Amino acid sequence: MDRFLEQLKRVDIPTLIIFLFLVALFVLAAFTEVSIPSLLSDSIRRIGMNGVLVLAMVPTIRAGTGPNFGLPVGIIGGLLGALISMQLGLAGFTGFWVAILFAVLICLGIGLGYGWLLEKVRGQEMMVGTYMGYSVVAFMSIMWLMLPFTNPDMIWAIGGKGLRYTLALDKYFGRVLNNFLRFKIGGFEFPTGLLLFFAGACFLVHLFFRTRTGLSIDLVGQNERYAISSGVNPNRARLVAVVLSTVLAGVGIIVYAQSYGFLQLYQAPLFMTFPAVASILIGGASIKRASIRNVIIGTAVFQTLLTISLPVLSQVTRGDITEVMRLIVSNGMILYALTRTPKEAR
Amino acid sequence: MQYALEMRNISKSFYGNQVLKNVNIAVAAGEVLGLVGENGAGKTTLMNILFGMPVIHSTGGFEGEILINNEHVNIDSPRRAMEYGIGMVHQEFMLIPGFTVTENIKLNREITKDNLLSKVFGKSLRTLDFPAMRKEARQAISTIGMSIEELAVVAGLPVAHKQFIEIAREIDKKNLKILVLDEPTAVLSEAEAEKLLDTIRYFAKRGVAIIFISHRLSEVLKVSDRITILRDGVVVDSKPSSSFTVSEIAEKMVGRKLENVVLPPRAKEPSDEDIIMSIRNLKVYMPGEMVKDFSIDIRRGEILGIGGLAGHGKLGVANGIAGMFPAEGQVYFEGEPYRLNDPSYALRNGIVYLSEDRRGVGLLLDESVEMNIAATAIEAFGSFTRRFLFMTVYDRKKIREHALEMIKKLDIRCKSPTQTVRRLSGGNQQKVCLARAFTLNPKILFVSEPTRGIDVGAKKLVLDYLVSMNREHGITIVMTSSELAELRSICDRIAIVAEGKLSAVLPPKASDAEFGLAMAGEFQEVLQHG
Repeated sequence: MDRFLEQLKRVDIPTLIIFLFLVALFVLAAFTEVSIPSLLSDSIRRIGMNGVLVLAMVPTIRAGTGPNFGLPVGIIGGLLGALISMQLGLAGFTGFWVAILFAVLICLGIGLGYGWLLEKVRGQEMMVGTYMGYSVVAFMSIMWLMLPFTNPDMIWAIGGKGLRYTLALDKYFGRVLNNFLRFKIGGFEFPTGLLLFFAGACFLVHLFFRTRTGLSIDLVGQNERYAISSGVNPNRARLVAVVLSTVLAGVGIIVYAQSYGFLQLYQAPLFMTFPAVASILIGGASIKRASIRNVIIGTAVFQTLLTISLPVLSQVTRGDITEVMRLIVSNGMILYALTRTPKEAR
Repeated sequence: MQYALEMRNISKSFYGNQVLKNVNIAVAAGEVLGLVGENGAGKTTLMNILFGMPVIHSTGGFEGEILINNEHVNIDSPRRAMEYGIGMVHQEFMLIPGFTVTENIKLNREITKDNLLSKVFGKSLRTLDFPAMRKEARQAISTIGMSIEELAVVAGLPVAHKQFIEIAREIDKKNLKILVLDEPTAVLSEAEAEKLLDTIRYFAKRGVAIIFISHRLSEVLKVSDRITILRDGVVVDSKPSSSFTVSEIAEKMVGRKLENVVLPPRAKEPSDEDIIMSIRNLKVYMPGEMVKDFSIDIRRGEILGIGGLAGHGKLGVANGIAGMFPAEGQVYFEGEPYRLNDPSYALRNGIVYLSEDRRGVGLLLDESVEMNIAATAIEAFGSFTRRFLFMTVYDRKKIREHALEMIKKLDIRCKSPTQTVRRLSGGNQQKVCLARAFTLNPKILFVSEPTRGIDVGAKKLVLDYLVSMNREHGITIVMTSSELAELRSICDRIAIVAEGKLSAVLPPKASDAEFGLAMAGEFQEVLQHG
């Protein structure tokens, strides 16, 4: 019992509030005609879908540069990887893994550039990252029209030039992870492959932070001068963190897209950042410390909240307040995390 | 008796470490009170309390009462202190480098005149009256007998001038009743110091109560009417200065007769034949502790002390060798050229450095005790790791075993190896640092201010542990400290740094006078002139 209370003390108050709200929603759902099994399977699918993107926040937070607000930079790399795989006409798991491979390669490159830029603006990473995201998305909006992709499934039907807004993945690697080892219990569907992939990614990142390189990122984030005196090159450690975050963002968007069934270009990457930042913060991370636990809890709570609030609340209240609530929760959470003083010790 | 200022039963602790215990001091108008004590005796903390510095209130306030002219006062901010007519000349310069001398002197007390805007929108928009400010600044500077250009920018001035500007600023305050001078002569030459003492006497004559804090005992004796001696946060004596001699004060300050602790013998005594590291013309660019030209040979297996006054560069030496601050010069380690400015190279060669800034550099405050002990070893040598799949990861089990062993060995008082270091007391934090250093298997251990800010009991443990590392494991130790007594108790030789250069290498048994001269950088001359 004491240990339980001890654990309870470590839970963040906002996490607790949102969690209680979630429970209330489930109770409410029981009184409406919404089917709870389908709500649950929806929630689980969305957790796996968004998890890797949230995971991308961990390296930069631990390196002391705050959440990676430049997530679109990595997402662009992921999209390019996916586009190349589609252009090659690869389907199923081959298409998926080739997309991942290209995404990782491209993200390594742009991650190095992005990391170099962030090093130039030490202390301003979060703000510069945000603007970097906007700039890259604007620039790529032009590039999507100009890049020499020729697959008729990808380019505008009329005119024959430029990529479409949304690209259907059905014929390529759409839902390959979701359908891998999928099983059903009544109305409840479990996307085994998707969750396995997320768990694997979490485990790899967890392991990485127990290697010397990972530890050096931790040391730099906690006390840069201690890190220097331990023989760490802090610039290199931060660069590694940014590259890792960018690569995870690239992989994350491919996982997201295959589950969603569509690849979204142009402005879409912009809308991935804030929910991801909010998720990890809801999970109990601060802008200085984050763990895999925060990622899993945060993604679970945030995504479940979004999934069930739409059908439940639309029956109770009039109109669609889900979108409003998503904005309040995600932006409010970020604001809260930025304003609170870092907790001294846990 | 009517006192201008009385501080009664003042107690204060930082992070559970008591630095002041029932301290009473009193000073009358027109009187000079000399306040002396070793580094860490609590003088600066006492003055910070008097001045209402935020560092006091952010660490839980203090106990006791302050009376000004026999009335209780509550000083909760430096602003309030100024309103009561308390002026303070700080040990660290509190000047704005980009401002001129005049602006610094008149800071926040600018002379202003009305203009159109200020008549409409109120006082804060009044124009600065530069000619008048300049005149008053000029006057304040000449009062202290200096000739500093009042329109010069502070940034480029020599330290001595900065010190005088700081004093001029206090003097310029019209309602000045109590003036505190915290080590004002530390950075001054003898002639300049003499000038400063004159200024002090002049102000005492004008009826200002003065508290004069200094390490230069002869000055204190010369200028003070009464002397209060602090040791480890307690007042040990307070008498008219005529009843003291310099050596009496020194003795009471240090408290223990400098007894020669019998150190365990060594199998092989260090000698000049066996040099582990030889440093030639070392320059270190460490702000506030510049090393200008330092050369010494470190003998294998010895404990070398580095002493000197604050700001003269004694801390810079270790920082430079460890690569924490940019350095240049020729250094040979075990006969091979040694690469400076590369902390990881230093670690790999067994050169370990424990910073004087324990909380800022030496520890990961929010990490567990065990990680603090092991992190550097994992990072530098890959110790405590194992293969897992295709990665080399650190092994919590090995770390835990090692941490438990160190905790037992050094008697680190913590609830468990997973407790965060922030909550430990200063002494235990230092023990964690030592455990971390020992884990790295050092050949030379550079340790700076190992006993700063820790209580007496822990001090002894730390020093004992350093000695045992030296004797039992043959680790060469270079200890930098402001506390001469501490250096003399365990070192084989003591190098004194003055103005960034090696001033003298003395045996621990050398007399106080010799150390004093060496610190003032005058030892060579004395030797030359007999």
